[in-house]
Amino acid sequence: MANIMIRTADSGGLTFYLPKRDLEASISSIEFDTPEKWGGELKLDNGGIYFIDPIARPSRLPISLRARRIGAAED
Amino acid sequence: MTTMTREETEALIAEVLEVYPEKAKKDRAKHLMVNDQSIEQSKKCITSNRKSLPGVMTVRGCAYAGSKGVVWGPIKDMIHISHGPIGCGQFSRAGRRNYYVGTTGVDTFGTMNFTSDFQEKDIVFGGDKKLTKLIEEVEMLFPLHKGISVQSECPIGLIGDDIEAIAKKGAVTIGKPIIPVRCEGFRGVSQSLGHHIANDTIRDWVLDKRDGTPDTSTPYDVAIIGDYNVGGDAWASRILLEEMGLRVVAQWSGDGTLAEMMNTPKVKLNLLHCYRSMNYITRHMEEKYGIPYMEYNFFGPTKIIESLRRIAGFFDDSVKEKAELVIARYQPMMDAIIAKYKPRLQGKKVMLYVGGLRPRHIIGAYEDLGMEVVGTGYEFAHNDDYDRTIKEMGNTTLIYDDASGFELEEFVKKIKPDMVGSGIKEKYIFQKMGIPLRQMHSWDYSGPYHGYDGFAIFARDMDIALSNPVWGNMVPPWKKEVVEEIAKAA
Ligand code: SF4
Repeated sequence: MANIMIRTADSGGLTFYLPKRDLEASISSIEFDTPEKWGGELKLDNGGIYFIDPIARPSRLPISLRARRIGAAED
Repeated sequence: MTTMTREETEALIAEVLEVYPEKAKKDRAKHLMVNDQSIEQSKKCITSNRKSLPGVMTVRGCAYAGSKGVVWGPIKDMIHISHGPIGCGQFSRAGRRNYYVGTTGVDTFGTMNFTSDFQEKDIVFGGDKKLTKLIEEVEMLFPLHKGISVQSECPIGLIGDDIEAIAKKGAVTIGKPIIPVRCEGFRGVSQSLGHHIANDTIRDWVLDKRDGTPDTSTPYDVAIIGDYNVGGDAWASRILLEEMGLRVVAQWSGDGTLAEMMNTPKVKLNLLHCYRSMNYITRHMEEKYGIPYMEYNFFGPTKIIESLRRIAGFFDDSVKEKAELVIARYQPMMDAIIAKYKPRLQGKKVMLYVGGLRPRHIIGAYEDLGMEVVGTGYEFAHNDDYDRTIKEMGNTTLIYDDASGFELEEFVKKIKPDMVGSGIKEKYIFQKMGIPLRQMHSWDYSGPYHGYDGFAIFARDMDIALSNPVWGNMVPPWKKEVVEEIAKAA
């Protein structure tokens, strides 16, 4: 598990930030994206996949969450 | 020399790497790339923020340098104790030219060196007592200081002193904040982790200290984040923001104070200049306080205009109008500078090798003068920096990460730029090779280079360096005759 931060990108999408490794990537897909259920598997444009427990869609971004890495570590 | 093709640049990288043993060659190859603007993600073609190879001459600094030297050091009304042996503090003292106003030694302490001067017995028995005593002495000798930061040098982490406990106790005794910073030099691969650690300590020990106090802010409050006021940079930036109707309530950290940092959570917008060293704190403020941040670039008129408009976009029409007035007011001055220097500098090629934000931010300023940046690189960047750099650099130009002295020399020999922008460690090597060099860390004892006023100085300095008659006299007279004779005989 690692602390991550999700924020709105300048382009309008979501960006993923992992402070521990200073990794910044855009989120290319998010598993659940409804007002009640938001989160699940996050696919990053760098090939990485992370999982966050689904929550109600946060009223404000950025938000810090705990995430689990799925699959191998990306560079 | 003409612009190189992709194949030529690739061949150049291969040629330079030839001298390394197999393993080192493989590793270094990952840190060098030929630019391709179509790439969105730098990590596919360049590796960064990795440990430097043993044996190659890197120019990186340590985490202590990143915390004490960069982020904390310029906070002028605090006393920053270099905790450990004397050398780390003394050799980094006042070298960065972070200008400030105040009376040094009375209410400001920027250029002074405070150290616990560790001796063998402190290593053996621990330095806690010494630190306590130092805090008391500081309070007695400099009663106007506003707080203390304890910047750990390597031995502190090695012997495991509990500086947090001392700091907490000391803060009660003197009634002022004392901030322990665990920025021992060995943490991380470069100064970069020191920036991060310093940002985290600001977050934990400083930022929330005025939460809940009466809000006296205006709708136009902004903070300048990541401007270290090298040669007065932050001042040259600040006046532009003030002219467009904004109120700059904090400067992080050049000419900054502890109170300014504590007041920052009340601003409306954080303006981030050096992304590398202070993005951490702006991300935190965005999440905790809902303050948006914006990366801007105040090098050269093109980028300044772009940034001013984007900054104004966060505010109401009165600010937008004033921003246009500011742009219009300075335009004639910019036109005059470009008319004067562009004909002298047009077409000249530059290679850069710096840190932080400059390898990408200054490109626009050179282009405003008709110059071209043909190679650039960072000492301690991460991939997000390269993501941002790829778009700024021309196609097929060379990009290098954590370049060694050897690599840089070879690249310069082959690419033959008209000028190099780097630091003091590179300066005399290249000047002896007959290539003018401007120090782009300290602005070569000149500056400011930010803002409109800064651009005037930047343009003049580049011209001074390039047009110096000395470059025409690199061959001594007695050798010149021989050269001429040979030419005649041929
Ligand atoms: S690496 Fe350690 S000993 Fe060297 S300057 Fe940095 S803190 Fe001091």
